[in-house]
Amino acid sequence: MSVAARKRLTTSAMIASLASEGQRTEAAPFGEALCRLAEADPRIVGMTADLAKYTDLHVFAARFPDRFYQMGMAEQLLMGAAAGMAREGFMPFATTYAVFASRRAYDFICMAIAEESLPVRIVCALPGLTTGYGPSHQATDDLAIFRGMPGMTIIDPCDALDIAEAVPAIAAHPGPVYMRLLRGNVPLVLDEYGYRFRLGRAALLRDGAEVLIISSGIMTMRALEAAKLLAEDRVSAAVLHSPTIKPLDAETILAEAGRPGRLVVVAENHSEVGGLGEAVAATLLRAGLAPRFRQIALPDRFLDAGALPTLHDRYGISAEAVARRIREWL
Amino acid sequence: MAEARLTNAPGLAERARRIRLHALRMGEVQGQGYIAQALGIADVLSVAYFHAMRYRAEEPSWEGRDRFLLSIGHYAIALYAALAEAGIIPLSELETYGGDDSRLPMSGMAACTPGMEITGGSLGQGLTVAIGMGLGLKRKGSAASVYTLLSDGELNEGATWEAAMSATHWKLDNLIALVDVNQMQADGRSSSVLGFEPLEEKWRAFGWHAQRVDGNDIPSLVAAFDAARAATVPGPRVIICDTRMARGVPFLEAREKSHFLRVEPHEWAEAIAIVEGARA
Repeated sequence: MSVAARKRLTTSAMIASLASEGQRTEAAPFGEALCRLAEADPRIVGMTADLAKYTDLHVFAARFPDRFYQMGMAEQLLMGAAAGMAREGFMPFATTYAVFASRRAYDFICMAIAEESLPVRIVCALPGLTTGYGPSHQATDDLAIFRGMPGMTIIDPCDALDIAEAVPAIAAHPGPVYMRLLRGNVPLVLDEYGYRFRLGRAALLRDGAEVLIISSGIMTMRALEAAKLLAEDRVSAAVLHSPTIKPLDAETILAEAGRPGRLVVVAENHSEVGGLGEAVAATLLRAGLAPRFRQIALPDRFLDAGALPTLHDRYGISAEAVARRIREWL
Repeated sequence: MAEARLTNAPGLAERARRIRLHALRMGEVQGQGYIAQALGIADVLSVAYFHAMRYRAEEPSWEGRDRFLLSIGHYAIALYAALAEAGIIPLSELETYGGDDSRLPMSGMAACTPGMEITGGSLGQGLTVAIGMGLGLKRKGSAASVYTLLSDGELNEGATWEAAMSATHWKLDNLIALVDVNQMQADGRSSSVLGFEPLEEKWRAFGWHAQRVDGNDIPSLVAAFDAARAATVPGPRVIICDTRMARGVPFLEAREKSHFLRVEPHEWAEAIAIVEGARA
């Protein structure tokens, strides 16, 4: 095996960084932002199900040991207890992996938290295809699952800036929130675009005449890279970042998709079923808009295990794959 | 209003009898329901609401109140009866039980009813919420306790045991769990659906201060609640209450299928007459 091949394989590790080589990163943006917030707001407590280290909550735990609750590897308990804490006037940030919150703890989030509109913030690592561990850890269905829950606000941030700004925004928002999390050394990209996170609002990061890419999460990073690749071929692509999946910023999406003559592509780090793509499609159709529409998403399958770059290529969510498919569709 | 803590007037047995009567009148409106559970748990609720718990009837969300979590949401009929008897909801409202736009839905909902702390009914959740409330009360330095009513069938749900471990881990001496062992769940006799004995030993093994009493014997219940509250152990307490389904109405007690009791129209009057005649 070549050295290069061996190096590539190490990225199948659970906590593989999403940063490409030389990319600027920030360490633990969620944990740091939560600490800043907690300084000012004594209601904030951190709770986890044996994944503090892997959700960057360990930063908070070290800074505020008496406001940190290690609930053990018991996600149902975590969510029920977070509901109880919220009932007593606190504002819990509860962390685990996205698969465990969405699949295992769904009923507890639904009935103990959402049905009561309690201010619990559920922050979950390993969204979509961000680990090579296979289906047990790949939350390719979390957005579909949570979109069906009445009253749940859903955030899919793109980078360290998005996360840092989303934390105080979701804390100020009444009612429950589910946020996908990138942890560790998280790429920093959006500061180059003069971007600010606004809850419930999509932001046009770059304009373009031929293609409109609507994306969330890490796919916004990929879309921006793909737009650069397309520009080299004189294809002009706009990127609309929509970090709030629910409630969707229908106003901005309709305004952008309503501009005639552009191919509309939704790019999401999620199964093609029930995520941003279908949410956007329904929004367009309900408003009587039917532009040319394509979806870049993970297939409706249990995905392979392996190295992340390999898998991102295989399932078509790398920047190169995004650019290639858009060229084919034009 | 002063804290309600009425040990004497009217006696706990009389309170229990009236809780039964309120429940039967609610059941009569619907013609069927979880009336057997309500009759069975009435004595436990009487001791909880008229001996053990601190609350203010006219201020149901008083910060210093003891919390009562109805994990078994379908027992709402029993809790509404107790809440009405305690003056937290008006007696006159009970006849709306289960009706359209009523504040008293068939399964308890926190948003609907004063005194209903949580939306139970998805069984296995109540004790997990109690953990968070227990932790939160301790954070606030509150002396309030969290009572959680569970049932034997509910113990099938694994999350209850996650919470049972957690309560001991966090030394939550402000938690008192009440387990109604009435030996009946949706598909039949609880111990044949999924064996759960030995119950006291199980809770003890999870680190709880455990007592098992006849849940239809008021002096035993009073002693158990007192012992649970007075215990100096640095952890949670459980009172396992063996109760009899439909207690107080012998012809209903005799029914084998009592989880969701069907009662003929004339039988309601008969049952009400029996309980009315039992005035202490």
